[in-house]
Amino acid sequence: MSRFTPEEKVKLARNPARPGTADFIGALFTGFFEQRGDRLCGEDASILGGIARFHGRPVTVIGHRKGKNLEENLRCNFGMPSPEGYRKAQRLMKQAEKFGRPIITFVDTPGAYPGKEAEERGQGEAIAQCLALMSALEVPVISVITGEGNSGGALALAVANRVLMLEHAVYSVLSPEGFASILWKDASRAEEACGVMKLTAQDLRRGGIVQGVLREPEGGAHTDWEAMFRTVDAALTKELAALDKLKGPALAKQRYDMFRAMGQNLPPAGREEP
Amino acid sequence: MLVYQTMREGKLDSSRRIKCPECGAESAGLEWERALQVCPRCGFHAPIDAYYRLSGILDPGSFQELEEVPPADPLAFPDYPAKLARLEVETGLRDGAVTALGRIEGRRAVFGVMDSRFLMGSMGTAVGERITQAAEYAARKKLPLVIFSASGGARMQEGIFSLMQMAKTAAAIQRFQSRGGLYISCFTHPTTGGVTASFASLGDIMLAEPGALIGFAGPRVIEQTIKEQLPEGFQRAEYLLDHGFLDQIVPRSEWRTVLAQLLALHEKGGRS
Repeated sequence: MSRFTPEEKVKLARNPARPGTADFIGALFTGFFEQRGDRLCGEDASILGGIARFHGRPVTVIGHRKGKNLEENLRCNFGMPSPEGYRKAQRLMKQAEKFGRPIITFVDTPGAYPGKEAEERGQGEAIAQCLALMSALEVPVISVITGEGNSGGALALAVANRVLMLEHAVYSVLSPEGFASILWKDASRAEEACGVMKLTAQDLRRGGIVQGVLREPEGGAHTDWEAMFRTVDAALTKELAALDKLKGPALAKQRYDMFRAMGQNLPPAGREEP
Repeated sequence: MLVYQTMREGKLDSSRRIKCPECGAESAGLEWERALQVCPRCGFHAPIDAYYRLSGILDPGSFQELEEVPPADPLAFPDYPAKLARLEVETGLRDGAVTALGRIEGRRAVFGVMDSRFLMGSMGTAVGERITQAAEYAARKKLPLVIFSASGGARMQEGIFSLMQMAKTAAAIQRFQSRGGLYISCFTHPTTGGVTASFASLGDIMLAEPGALIGFAGPRVIEQTIKEQLPEGFQRAEYLLDHGFLDQIVPRSEWRTVLAQLLALHEKGGRS
């Protein structure tokens, strides 16, 4: 059992000293070749992606990028993608499928950007297309939720054959602040929301939403990056080897069936007297 | 159709007056009803319930409801089961979507209609499952699929399970379409969040009712984020049409005609 409460985990998951997508790419992959742009209208730095080698083998790697200092944060919009980011991700994933490369994604975002231009360019459509595309890919897809995975903006990179979570990462329908603000009209009740949302890796593993929880170093991933990298490396190696046994259509089917079963056949809500 | 028949027979209460939430004008209830719950002054398309909508679109007697799915409470969220039970009594629905088999001018299709009376038509496990089953049923029977969306997005009370319905429904639609199925997505007021960001945005044909608010983030969240006021008409159907996200805007009185035309143009259900 973890000794951190859900509120503490949310804080840990957002800790800027935690390794992010760029750090994982730098440590776990070699020869990273970044690919930019959606080929439609723009480049979104909040999603980082490209081709690299994982233990010698070419893979496509994509993840949310928050940036490490204020200048980078601003350039990466604090990890909140615009439609251009999601369309770049689609482009890279289609290419990965074309060339038979596995896809590895790192998820760490406060959510898709709720901005004016993002809406004008079809934020909803861009996310929807990511979900549809990923659901049918005939290459292995592994997602690792490394920090905070909030809402559709996180899910858009996480329709994978295996969804893994770092021990203190969180994954939820919306940020606890947004959740509290919608349900209780009071964003300041975010801590209380953390308690009811079942957003910890342990809860999600029990609920069948994620398939693996990756142990963090004592105190959290930020205390010992190297140890964290070793754990993620080992997990990716193991999962990839397992998925390599499946052919393209079987990979798509396994992924489809896994998401198909989510929320299916849950016990009906208790019918109390209104 | 049933609506007109009921009106002709004078079964609707015509004495009340209705104030338009959009323009503020008051009009006779009967005028609203004649206009299918559209403001006779400004043309605002008021949200309507799922059965009413279907009754105005389908051939009389062709409605066959598909199996309903009961809602779940995976977070054991405080007071949620009681709220669901209350809404069931108020609306006659188990959850926020109705799915059915029906015909328009004799052509069969599978229909999904969201009902915003039920927690803003938000998508939890029951809505996600029902939409998914409708897509699977349409795929099995090689029938076109028509979905009218109206939703505040993912249902908060079911947490991450609601989020996963986005992936599940998008996957089901993708699979249906990849096998040649025709999917017509019809946005109605308002459709936002996780429904816009999943099955509602994946139509082969994308349509909307006039004035419908359609977006990912809601306008208030955007205004708080960018700290400026949004322009008039932002995220409305006409705005989306101008920005390339819709094929056409369809007034409520025209749905039957437009859908009949589209079903006829895809006579074999979309298969070559």
